[in-house]
Amino acid sequence: MTRVVVTGLRVALSRSEADVVTDVTFSIGAGEIVGLVGESGSGKTTVATAMLGHTRKGAKVVEGSVVVDGIDILSLSTGELRSARGRVISYVPQDPAAALDPCMSIGRHLREAVEAHEPKSGIDWDERLGELLRDAGLDDIDGLLDRYPHELSGGQRQRVCIAMAFACKPACVVLDEPTTGLDVTTQARILASVRRLAREHDVAMLYVTHDLAVVEELADRLVVMYAGRIVEQGPVRTVFHRSAHPYSRALMATTPDVRARLELQPIPGMAPRVGKRPSGCAFADRCPEVADRCREELPPHVSVGLGHEAACWFATDVTAERSPLTVRPEPALPTGSPILEAEEIRASYHGREVVHSISLSINRGECLALVGESGSGKTTLSRSLIGLSAQVTGRLRLNGEELSLSLHGRTLQQRHALQYVFQSPRSSLNPRRTVFESIEAPLLGAPKSSSTERRARVFEALGRVDLDPSFGPRFPDQLSGGERQRVGIARALVCEPEVLICDEITSALDVSVQAAIIDLLEGLQRDQGLALLFVTHNLALVRTIADRVIVLRAGHVVEEGSAADTLQHPRHEYTQTLIRDTPSILSAIASPGAAE
Amino acid sequence: MTSAQVNAQADQRPRSAWSVTWRTALRQPRTRVGLILSGFVIALALFGPLISGVDPNSFVGAPFIGPSGQAVLGTDFLGQDVLQRVLHGGFTLLWMSVAATLIGVLVGLAVGMVAGYSRRFVDGSLMWLMDVILAFPQIVLAIVFVSMLGPLPWLIVLVVALTHIPRVARLTRSLTAECVQQEYIEAAEAIATPKSRILVREVLPNLATPLAVETTIRLAWSIAIIAALSFVGFGVQPPSPDWGLMINENRTGLVVQPWSVLAPAFLVAMLAVGVSLIGDGLARAVAGVDERVGQ
Repeated sequence: MTRVVVTGLRVALSRSEADVVTDVTFSIGAGEIVGLVGESGSGKTTVATAMLGHTRKGAKVVEGSVVVDGIDILSLSTGELRSARGRVISYVPQDPAAALDPCMSIGRHLREAVEAHEPKSGIDWDERLGELLRDAGLDDIDGLLDRYPHELSGGQRQRVCIAMAFACKPACVVLDEPTTGLDVTTQARILASVRRLAREHDVAMLYVTHDLAVVEELADRLVVMYAGRIVEQGPVRTVFHRSAHPYSRALMATTPDVRARLELQPIPGMAPRVGKRPSGCAFADRCPEVADRCREELPPHVSVGLGHEAACWFATDVTAERSPLTVRPEPALPTGSPILEAEEIRASYHGREVVHSISLSINRGECLALVGESGSGKTTLSRSLIGLSAQVTGRLRLNGEELSLSLHGRTLQQRHALQYVFQSPRSSLNPRRTVFESIEAPLLGAPKSSSTERRARVFEALGRVDLDPSFGPRFPDQLSGGERQRVGIARALVCEPEVLICDEITSALDVSVQAAIIDLLEGLQRDQGLALLFVTHNLALVRTIADRVIVLRAGHVVEEGSAADTLQHPRHEYTQTLIRDTPSILSAIASPGAAE
Repeated sequence: MTSAQVNAQADQRPRSAWSVTWRTALRQPRTRVGLILSGFVIALALFGPLISGVDPNSFVGAPFIGPSGQAVLGTDFLGQDVLQRVLHGGFTLLWMSVAATLIGVLVGLAVGMVAGYSRRFVDGSLMWLMDVILAFPQIVLAIVFVSMLGPLPWLIVLVVALTHIPRVARLTRSLTAECVQQEYIEAAEAIATPKSRILVREVLPNLATPLAVETTIRLAWSIAIIAALSFVGFGVQPPSPDWGLMINENRTGLVVQPWSVLAPAFLVAMLAVGVSLIGDGLARAVAGVDERVGQ
């Protein structure tokens, strides 16, 4: 039974009339989970909020209908819409920390969600709230209702948001990237709860995400969006196994997987922005199989199988099963000499020891991954290596020579040899300084450098991250996330480092951009013998890039070894759990039998 | 790479954050009105003495005579020409307000930046000192000093500047504290950039826009306080022409010859309102109040 039908949805900017989302049509059955996948700017969040009759300020729904159980959400008046939200259709936000009121207890949040739609009298609150919590997988109800959002973990907070969304048994629930920022183990449990809730309550669910692997684990059907349009939709396994749109295949080929050392293939170019989308196929400029027709005419949605359709002129030509994935050989065992050695590093953060006596060494030309979940001490450890952490004890050696733990005890040469690339593309560059100034800054401390010499080195560094000199005079707000991260890398490269510490540098990027950054880093490692310390929580990425892995948990090393060995045959229970909970798309693509 | 080409085609010419803020501010009617109002009064104060060419202290008739062909705005309590005195009476107010504002903002900026970046002891003691100054109402603090040491122009400038310091310092401290948590500051620290250079090259540019807003607000306050000090007799001394002083001198004749009070009062109000409208426009441009729509 179909519970939700979205037809011809079009959302445009009020001022310029440019389409944000065009001609979006899909349906969701009772108890079905539809995964809506796309990269940033694809319009997936716009679709998600439009389902509840909401648009971001400055945008409006121009055409289309969203019918949930016979009610057209988009034709409701403001009052009717308020009554429908929560009762007919509800929403689980991306960031539960921001969605819950810090001044209200969990109990009040839940009561409020119920009271908005039901008469206040005649509700047995103890029983009702207990049931809501149990449904959302919060078993321990003792005292939880009286607690405040800040007293809960991120996973618990998200479960409270899910409980609120289900409080009035709506027909449809929209979840907007609800597991972003959660650890993989928490994510796995939440996904299991979500799946169970959809089945038990016969709810139609739209799960918005950028993570293909999550969709593979969770969803029944998959909708892929690109540049404001649906490019492909169909049953999850079919789309993975026999994708009919080149963008879907390209997206899969950029996604790393924990189960195999995949070659990540970046998608060239960038997605056209709102207002600059071409009249033909929006993917034409990046498509490997492009023909003249693609640029001239918009491809219609054609059926390529049962419930499987794609918007590509050549959708039906792709009958052969082809896997977009390439597995690459395991890396040769590192032969270089150790370049950076750390012994018994202990570091404290706000007076509490968070790194307990960790030793590690990185060889020339090697990529060492430092893996751990939030709170494992991986960032504190990596910061103490470059001397940014204040309370550190232990010993460091660079090229066999003693290296001071404090930044001020190091020579200029030593400081330049060890460089750090920061996590956030948003805050790692000064918004008021040009790209050129940001990259030049590390050189200003060096004595006897002329401005022409510095200029040459800045442009050389830009070239090494594949940015042309025209980027020099730009400000960070004129760059995309991937470009900003490249500038961050260029700022490190201009120092001619021997070791590059990369702290979660791709966690805020789309997978296609991530693939390009990884490609760049691997080139530097291979061609220039750069040693990489890759700090991340993403095991799939580790599988592709790393030679060796160190797994951290609560400030201790729990496992250490070659990436292939550690991730394929984890010995420690913790590593085993992490790998088991990391979603994988490989099984869906690799096993043909699963498609049917 | 291709991504580079795509951007090169877009040809976004580098623009400074400042010019963007200004353009956004100028799009709002309030900013334009503010510019016209304050521009008119500033021009009058600067060029008034040149236009006049007459001694403002000469007597042209009996006291409190209404507007006539001889004295367009009538005469004041001594029988001097109100129009001539208005033309001469703005310059002192203007330079003193501007000087007091600049000194107050610059010192407050330095205090706030050092406090916001150093944290701990330095921050605590600096901010404690600021709180002490803040405890006195601006006008009372000014009157205390001027009544002790006499109504000297430079003293008035310094005292008014002093009252601005804690207010500016508190703002810059919070902006600095937020700014230094960003990763680009850590990136600068990681290459052992001296603290002074971090403050000047990394932090200061990020404070420029909110600081410009604060400066206009402080300027409006300076004008009000300095005019008020003249009114209560602690500012410019008679027989010098001054708008604040004129309001006080002529208030006994308000019913008989309202122009002698209204003209200077109106000019002071126009200047203060005009400057704060510009500040408001800038503040909105910075916050993006009217620019959120679309992208």
